[in-house]
Amino acid sequence: MIEASHLSKRFGAIDAVRDVSFSARDGEITGILGANGAGKSTCLRMLYGVLTPDSGRASVDGIDIRGETSKARAHLGVLPHAAGLYGNLTARENIGYFGALQGVERARLKTRIAELADLLGMESFLERRAKGFSQGQRIKVALARALVHDPGNIVLDEPTNGLDVMAIRNLRDMLLALKRQGRCVLFSSHVMQEVAALCDRVVIIGQGRVLADETVQSIRERSGGKSLEEAFLGVLGDTEGVR
Amino acid sequence: MPALVTVFAKEFLENLRDRRTLLSALLFGPLFGPLLFGIMVSRMLEQTVVESDEPLKVTVSGSEHAPGLTSYLVVQGVNVTLAKLSEDQARAAVRGGSAQVVIVIPEEYPARFTAALPAPVLLVADSTDSQTRKSADRARMILGNYSSTLAQLRLQIRGVNPLLSLPLAVNDIDIATPTGRAVVVLGFMTYFVLFAMLMGGLYLAIDSTAGERERGSLEALLSLPVARGVLVGGKILATCAYMCISLALSLTAFVCVFRFVPLEKLGMSANLGAGTAVLFFAICLPFVPLGAALMTFVASFTRSYREAQTYLTTVLLVPTLPIAFASIYSLKTKSSLMFIPSLSQHLLMTSALKDEPIAAHDVWVSAAASLGVALVLFVLTARHWRRETMLG
Repeated sequence: MIEASHLSKRFGAIDAVRDVSFSARDGEITGILGANGAGKSTCLRMLYGVLTPDSGRASVDGIDIRGETSKARAHLGVLPHAAGLYGNLTARENIGYFGALQGVERARLKTRIAELADLLGMESFLERRAKGFSQGQRIKVALARALVHDPGNIVLDEPTNGLDVMAIRNLRDMLLALKRQGRCVLFSSHVMQEVAALCDRVVIIGQGRVLADETVQSIRERSGGKSLEEAFLGVLGDTEGVR
Repeated sequence: MPALVTVFAKEFLENLRDRRTLLSALLFGPLFGPLLFGIMVSRMLEQTVVESDEPLKVTVSGSEHAPGLTSYLVVQGVNVTLAKLSEDQARAAVRGGSAQVVIVIPEEYPARFTAALPAPVLLVADSTDSQTRKSADRARMILGNYSSTLAQLRLQIRGVNPLLSLPLAVNDIDIATPTGRAVVVLGFMTYFVLFAMLMGGLYLAIDSTAGERERGSLEALLSLPVARGVLVGGKILATCAYMCISLALSLTAFVCVFRFVPLEKLGMSANLGAGTAVLFFAICLPFVPLGAALMTFVASFTRSYREAQTYLTTVLLVPTLPIAFASIYSLKTKSSLMFIPSLSQHLLMTSALKDEPIAAHDVWVSAAASLGVALVLFVLTARHWRRETMLG
């Protein structure tokens, strides 16, 4: 369970995020939808505590991210927008490094990496150095790295960016598997179809504000027979540039 | 495993697999200095030794006016070539390089010589050419000896004690010990040692900061439940490890090179055996964390590998400044200078090289000052890493 309440953040003269509140529940996939520059990344960065909000608070499983950062982060897996790997380390070493820094014990780490390799289909390249990995292999390792400490919550910032169709499909399956395991999945995207296909709830952000926070189902119902796209556009207003 | 060790181990391993780091840490840095140095010093020695062994070549014009002088030159082992040149021709010959030193004996020489008046002799040479200058000096010395021998003979003939013409008996005592003289030659070796040490950690310092950002792995790392100070600490320690390896290799290479450099031919001996090398290592060791923290600090502000490289190349020059000052003002080991990192290491190493006694408290002060600066830089780096701007 991830909760944001009244988060605000300014960068100089720009209000990047203004009074944003929402919650992402366990066993659900929550999507944050918004155009580029709408404040999605800033919002997520405050949730995993690399940015300090000017006001408001964020919590993971009820633990305040500012007050008890380390404890909250132990409940949280993060796949940032830039999810680069260490090219000179193998996939296993990349995952193992993050596991060790998360405080996972050596023996447990070994079994956990085996589990993740099985879940994400990484056996064939687990012992290879990450230098020559494809985008799909990269995202799998980055996701495994975020999940290595078995967190109940996972935050992904635009995870499908730069992925080909097959990789997006794979990622979608992985997120659904995480949901079935009862985890709270929160991800941001500017691709409407992706959000619609995957999410239980959608938080729509425009110019740093929450414009809508409801289930995909209710948006569909509200559209009253019109296409989903039009329903979204109705919420966003027509200037937001969402695909 | 504590997080500090985990970060250290990962950075160490990752860079062990990086060709660029390995080349600079294990090959280029440590070997470049000693090799260049060995070649340079041997060349210098060869030249000096060869020159004093070779007979001096002099072209003499107008020898028929001064047969005594000409045979004196031959007796002194000078390789005399006889020629017929006017003063202008002699100048042209030296300028053109067909002769190094030309002695022109004018026509009035015999007349003035018999009249016991100063007889003119022209010595034509080019003093801007360091090789010719040495030959000219030798020729001048031989002419001077001839002149004073004749002077004494003239006095003796006239019944005057020739010793009257020697009011002073100057004894040239050069206190430069053989090792001391070598130090002049070996002076900038300490810079090569410090340079190799910094080179060893250069790429790791870049890779673990700007590289982390350029690869896009920084944000994931920063969202882990690990204190930023621990991350920075592990990275600096890994940089230190590579610097220590470079330092050890570079000193080993120097010890080997000095086995083969014929310093003793010039009556010099460098006190650089295994024992001194170990002492050097101990003297330089406190500078390692300082260099590592400085490079990590600077690289933390840069956005890309290339930018970091540009800035750190400048940082590599920083330790040379005090050494340059030391050479210009010929500073000696003093307790008050031990507070300046890099200068203190340079002075202590120079003392060790000269076989001078080294005060224990000087070593301690030098170490404490370097470690103190390292600590300050570490704290500043950790503070920068805690800022939001680190995300870039």
